[in-house]
Amino acid sequence: MKASIIVFPGSNCDRDAAVALEAATGAPPAMVWHGDAELPASDLIVLPGGFSYGDYLRSGAMAAHSPVMREVVKRAHAGTPVLGICNGFQVLTEAGLLPGVLMRNASLKFICKDVHLKVERNDTLYTSGYAEGEVVTFPIAHKDGSYFADETTLDRLEGEGRVAFRYSEKDGEITEGANPNGSRRNIAGVYNKTGTVLGLMPHPERAADPSLGGTDGAKLFTALMEALP
Amino acid sequence: MKARITITLKPGVLDPQGKAIAGALHALGFGAVGNVRQGKYIEVEVAESDPERARAEVKRMCEQLLANTIIENYAYELEAA
Repeated sequence: MKASIIVFPGSNCDRDAAVALEAATGAPPAMVWHGDAELPASDLIVLPGGFSYGDYLRSGAMAAHSPVMREVVKRAHAGTPVLGICNGFQVLTEAGLLPGVLMRNASLKFICKDVHLKVERNDTLYTSGYAEGEVVTFPIAHKDGSYFADETTLDRLEGEGRVAFRYSEKDGEITEGANPNGSRRNIAGVYNKTGTVLGLMPHPERAADPSLGGTDGAKLFTALMEALP
Repeated sequence: MKARITITLKPGVLDPQGKAIAGALHALGFGAVGNVRQGKYIEVEVAESDPERARAEVKRMCEQLLANTIIENYAYELEAA
């Protein structure tokens, strides 16, 4: 699998994502600078976490219009899988590849901690390594992670099975108390219509090695590697 | 010309920052303060002397970048620079 990681000024999880991907695939991904208009042939494109462009204007807004994103949007429409983690999720919504928007956390605080997530379905490119309804632990680290979309959009996302992960209790129950940031319907990650684009606020790449305190995230990268040989 | 652009959250979109500002104003003794909503103000100079064309240009800027129309409304006025 040939993966490309887009690096924006202010990205800070690009290396973590590269390490997790290389561990799963055995091959180092290409690191592509945001100003490049050319993107190598890729089976997977990753938009990493961080604070691209200092979160100026809105998180992800500037990065969504950087030169390389024109090509990323084109490839995504042509079916290339695109994974956006944290700031990458924000970029995907700002670029119009995923619905909704990530707003300031309800607590107004930057939150950095492990959370429990319920895997909504396991028949996607990204989640075949999990059981349906499995509860996994990934860290979150964000201030703008409150997922918002209007009620019609939320109903459509749920109806089409496009919710990827929800913040949950350890036993999988979806409660207000398990919602760290005020996200609508506890949504932590969503797919596009075809299930090829995934955006999520929690960090699977920070839970992909025992030395990081957890390995639940590694299965996401392994699943990609198996789906995209 | 100069465009003065105001970006506000749409009604119904939760504004925790506005709430925090209201709380701080109450703490300062401004008991008459009710609901507070916060937003952004942006000035853009546009090298365009035709008001109609400048208006269309600013509208496009708001739609494409300055506002996220899922959650935000925008308004602008133009003045000769």
